[in-house]
Amino acid sequence: MTDYRLRDLHAELEAEPIRKGFGRGLARAGELNANVVAACADLTDSTQMSLFKQAFPDRFVEIGVAEQNLVTVGSGLAAIGKIPFVSSYAAFSPGRNWEQIRTTICLNDRPVKIVGSHAGVSVGPDGATHQMLEDVALMRVLPNMVVIAPCDSIEAEKATLAMASDRRPNYLRLAREATPIITTSDTPFEIGKAYVFWEGSDISIIASGTMTYQALVAARALSEDGISAEVVHIPTIKPLDAETILSSVAKTNLVITVEEGQIIGGLGGAIAELLAEEHPTKIQRIGMRDRFGESGDPDQLIEYFGLDSKHIREAARNLIKQK
Amino acid sequence: MTKLPLAKLDEIANDIREDIIRMLERAGSGHSAGPLGLADIFTAFYFEILKHDPKQPDWEERDILLLSNGHCVPVRYATMAHAGYFDQQELLTLRRLGSRLQGHPERLRLPGMENTSGPLGCGLSQAAGMALGLRMDNNSQRHIYVVLGDGEQNEGNVWEAAMLIGKYKLSNITAVTDRNNIQIDGPTEEVMPLEDLRSKWEAFGWHVLEVDGNNIEAFIDAVNMAKAISEMPVMILAYTVPGRGVDFMENDYRWHGSPPNHDQAKQALKELRSLGGKIRSEYDD
Repeated sequence: MTDYRLRDLHAELEAEPIRKGFGRGLARAGELNANVVAACADLTDSTQMSLFKQAFPDRFVEIGVAEQNLVTVGSGLAAIGKIPFVSSYAAFSPGRNWEQIRTTICLNDRPVKIVGSHAGVSVGPDGATHQMLEDVALMRVLPNMVVIAPCDSIEAEKATLAMASDRRPNYLRLAREATPIITTSDTPFEIGKAYVFWEGSDISIIASGTMTYQALVAARALSEDGISAEVVHIPTIKPLDAETILSSVAKTNLVITVEEGQIIGGLGGAIAELLAEEHPTKIQRIGMRDRFGESGDPDQLIEYFGLDSKHIREAARNLIKQK
Repeated sequence: MTKLPLAKLDEIANDIREDIIRMLERAGSGHSAGPLGLADIFTAFYFEILKHDPKQPDWEERDILLLSNGHCVPVRYATMAHAGYFDQQELLTLRRLGSRLQGHPERLRLPGMENTSGPLGCGLSQAAGMALGLRMDNNSQRHIYVVLGDGEQNEGNVWEAAMLIGKYKLSNITAVTDRNNIQIDGPTEEVMPLEDLRSKWEAFGWHVLEVDGNNIEAFIDAVNMAKAISEMPVMILAYTVPGRGVDFMENDYRWHGSPPNHDQAKQALKELRSLGGKIRSEYDD
């Protein structure tokens, strides 16, 4: 179906938390480059930094529960030529320390790699306080910042390695729960590139992070409805790969965006901005609509908030009817 | 023995104060009291303490001086110009469109400016990162200095950094608190009491020295002592007079965030010149 060497989506897919891929990627980046260092705010296992910490204890800094300090220490490490990865839950970093990121990392131009784990409603039972939905919006508005939301653990591993070689400040968005693995080691990944994971001509479904899997399942189901959907995967939300997105939309002239976060300022916002300026197109944004999450099972919450493949399929069918 | 005679250092500090007045008058906005109070400390850093080279601001073996309370940057600009980082004429571009001398310091704009600051409370954390990075490299040749304000210590970020630096015993950091007892809304002890500041820092695992921050010789001695303490990070509580050298500004918190107008600048310059002693200027009657 595509040139992107995805797994067979008709088969039973293995699943793994996206953050696990980050953990492996960071340990590998540490082997490849002695300047890669890491710091964590008392969540070393949860964010999967523990692999790096075990391998390179002298290059790991335990910050304690102090997220403002986490990123500003990162700024200082970068000033000495280190490539610091700093991790916590996304609700706390970049949730709590936005101004420090703005001043000491973005304006100060230090290539700190901010890793926010447990993003989205799929965090589940911990509830709204821990379900970070605004991180993409917060990071996207900062000049100089690159925003990456990988779709599975394999892509997260590649993204982590790419970040270690990128000269800019980066934000990496990770999810807590096991996410089906859709890519393979051969699937291409490059910061700043979008990928057409499923080709079609009737509607573009533009998704990132955990939602790319849901978009693919929806596209497959839509083909049974006689609707040819195209799934554009956006691992890099900033800078957007305008060329790939616009070339898909030029073909379909109908767009759905899907994300596990606020559509205001998120991927949906980014795509709406791009299309309004470059190719005005009917668009429906699926995601969190100006509200907080709540406790529940991850799958239950994804369905409850209308983020699952069934809702995407339904939305596409309705849009096609109006086309 | 200092590299320059102490009398010469005092003279430089006085020249820096004059430049601060001229810069702020021309800019029409900015902070007066803190920069004037810090002129002796910055003179001591750039003309005696720091291992640095104005002609090679990126020299990899240089010491690093971080200014955490970025609003005091006029004193750093003026001192850097006197030390030879750039022409003194450029000082008068402070806060103008296109100037390298931004209202609050930006690292990318001016070689030798080590950090972008203004929003308070971040300098010590950046120092911690630098000190940890140097330690990972087994580099004990470079030293990190941080100047922070006293009002700034209302910020929780400062104490997060204090805890971390205490934990890792980062003795390659020497911090200086500009203890001038004022902040924008009034005296520090009225706005948000800081005392007992010495005990606070000691409780976080720091060695604390107290010194007259307007006495260059005493300040240099304190820094030398700080560098000799190898087991702990050192906080120097440097007591300074805000607005130092200009009688009508001294110890008046209302000068924290205001510049002098033309007449006030003229009066201030006249006073600074008479303290300097020797040279007649256009400001003398």
